[in-house]
Amino acid sequence: MKNLRLLWIPVVLLVIVLAGWWWRAHTTHESSALIEGQDVSALLKDPAVIAKGHYLATVGDCMSCHTEQGGEPYAGGRVIPTPFGNIPAPNITPDPEHGIGRWSFDDFWRALHTGIGIDGERLYPVFSYTSFTKTTHEDAIAIFAYLQSLPPVAQAPTPLDLNFPYNMRSALTAWRALYFKPGVYKPNPSQSAEWNRGAYLVQGLGHCNECHAQRDALGGLQGNAILSGGRIPVQDWYAPDLSTQANGGMQGWTQQDIVDLLKTGRSSKGTAFGPMADVVVNSTQYLQDDDLKAIATYLQSLPSRPKLAAVAPSFDSGSLVNSGRDIYAKQCANCHGDNGAGIPGVYPPLDGNSSVVEPTGINAARAVLLGGFAPLTQGNPRPYSMPPYAQQLSDADVAAVVTYIRQAWSNRAPTVEERDVAAYRHTPTD
Amino acid sequence: MWHDASEWMHDTMPQKLEHNRRACRSCTRRAYTLPMKTTAWKVQFCLALRWLLPFGLLLGGVAYADPPTVPDTLQQRIAACTTCHGVHGEGAQHGDLFPRLAGKPVAYLELQLQNFQRGLRKYAPMEYTVRQLSPEYMHEIAEYFAAQQVPYQSSSVPDLAPSVLQRGQQLVTSGDPSRKVPPCQACHGKQLTGTQPSVPGLVGLPYDYISAQLGSWRTGTRASKAPDCMSEIASRLAPDDITAVAAWLASQSVPADVHPQAANAITPPLRCGVLGSQGDGA
Repeated sequence: MKNLRLLWIPVVLLVIVLAGWWWRAHTTHESSALIEGQDVSALLKDPAVIAKGHYLATVGDCMSCHTEQGGEPYAGGRVIPTPFGNIPAPNITPDPEHGIGRWSFDDFWRALHTGIGIDGERLYPVFSYTSFTKTTHEDAIAIFAYLQSLPPVAQAPTPLDLNFPYNMRSALTAWRALYFKPGVYKPNPSQSAEWNRGAYLVQGLGHCNECHAQRDALGGLQGNAILSGGRIPVQDWYAPDLSTQANGGMQGWTQQDIVDLLKTGRSSKGTAFGPMADVVVNSTQYLQDDDLKAIATYLQSLPSRPKLAAVAPSFDSGSLVNSGRDIYAKQCANCHGDNGAGIPGVYPPLDGNSSVVEPTGINAARAVLLGGFAPLTQGNPRPYSMPPYAQQLSDADVAAVVTYIRQAWSNRAPTVEERDVAAYRHTPTD
Repeated sequence: MWHDASEWMHDTMPQKLEHNRRACRSCTRRAYTLPMKTTAWKVQFCLALRWLLPFGLLLGGVAYADPPTVPDTLQQRIAACTTCHGVHGEGAQHGDLFPRLAGKPVAYLELQLQNFQRGLRKYAPMEYTVRQLSPEYMHEIAEYFAAQQVPYQSSSVPDLAPSVLQRGQQLVTSGDPSRKVPPCQACHGKQLTGTQPSVPGLVGLPYDYISAQLGSWRTGTRASKAPDCMSEIASRLAPDDITAVAAWLASQSVPADVHPQAANAITPPLRCGVLGSQGDGA
């Protein structure tokens, strides 16, 4: 067995060699995407361009990753955990030594559009250039102008903490060949301007697909997995399928529901929590209404999904559901209602809630363990909250009550087992 | 009001409707799938019921049209806080790690929320809970707990030798000049009920909590604005001193007046960031 385990090394090396060959054949195509010689220096000083860049950087939620807990905005240092190791986000303030103060716009464009750093190094795709590549040249200039207008912060970068072989950037050649296709968003002429704006924001700066799709063992996203839901590696939350059509994760969500959730953190169908709460608080609540409507219009056009075959539980879940019902009546029904309908505008419904019935049960289990406040937004400045039950309920109790809410009312989702809850209990929250 | 809402939830009417709906669903399904044996009138009855039921639901809906309401109070909003710290911030009933918040100075409580948010004070569940709260909301929450007045609870203290308690008393009331440790009373007040605006009281805190906090100050999982005087003092203590201080403090009876004393009542012996760096810098 031990020898077999080492088999992956030649496999990875072979992939690297093949991809290197492929890469050589395609590099000329990539560099032609760079626009050279255009004088952007005047634009970089234009207050209107800077203001637009501020807005676009907010759409991209750049600050969330590029700011550590309690740190200076955009000065980097937040460590993003991945299955391949920990990757700290760099300082993107205009500090000449530690930030991007010496970068030209072309340097920035190369990073954002092609994922190549200032020294020609391949960037780790935890920086979502796989999505950001769709950003237009004009919008990239605005974002760069905004970042250059920030106060410089002399904060040295945190060193990378990656495991072999992922600490070799050359391995990214293979990864890029498999999963990365550079190119600015091309409008679909058969769709409305609003739809195209929504698609541009969702697929590009919004980088929604980076969480809302399933990653494979190499951390890549398959081209056909568009916003169909996925488990976020290491952070271990489930980003639900965003289709609003038949069998979609957000089946039945109206345009207004989507706009409400992104603007205020809550809607008649559910409340954002976990990482999505941070996205709402730091990014989407500040989006213009037209952009939110455009995003909703695009999401509503996502296709219906195939009906999943019911998964038979690995054990008789009847007694689990029964004890879950009792716990629900005692601990949950006061706020979420016997009928799972919640209280409009205060507590979210659980019946038909995409985060309750998502395939894994992670979200419901962790919400029960962690509790917490609904997103605090301009539209909801004093949010209600849910008690954390980690101290009150055992793993078995949490498994029971989560299984109950996943199978009560109209919900038909697989059981959650005690051992799963035991793992979620110790999953770090950041 | 809240009780009315939950009574509404528990009312049997919706359950009856649900039961009827299920009965009908299974009945119609049977009508389609089980041939011959099912008599025609049964099918008719069920189909009729499928038409009539929405009207029944509508009537039920009229009778129970009032949506459940929740009190629009801060107390209701902060269930995430009160589930561990108590509705009035009285602290944990069982297990002694969730501290009392009631009656502590507003600025102290507010600063703790900010420190959890900034990661100066480390405790994952608190960091997760407060991570996206606004300064205004944290201030309001701090004011709520600061204004609560509830009796103190006694907590258990380990059985220790009198000499240990004596050492604790000495550290609290006179300090230890040989280790450059000032007395706790110098900042936390003669009565140890805290000092406005941001020094917390030490009386009425459980043994486990005090010793855990002193340990955290030493290891850096609890920190505050530099110069961080409490971190400095905690690292000057000998490890056994933590047990001594925590045990003596936790075994004291609570004075009648537990209000924090006035701001001008103390001259801090060390420079403290939280106290605006006053003090003589010893």
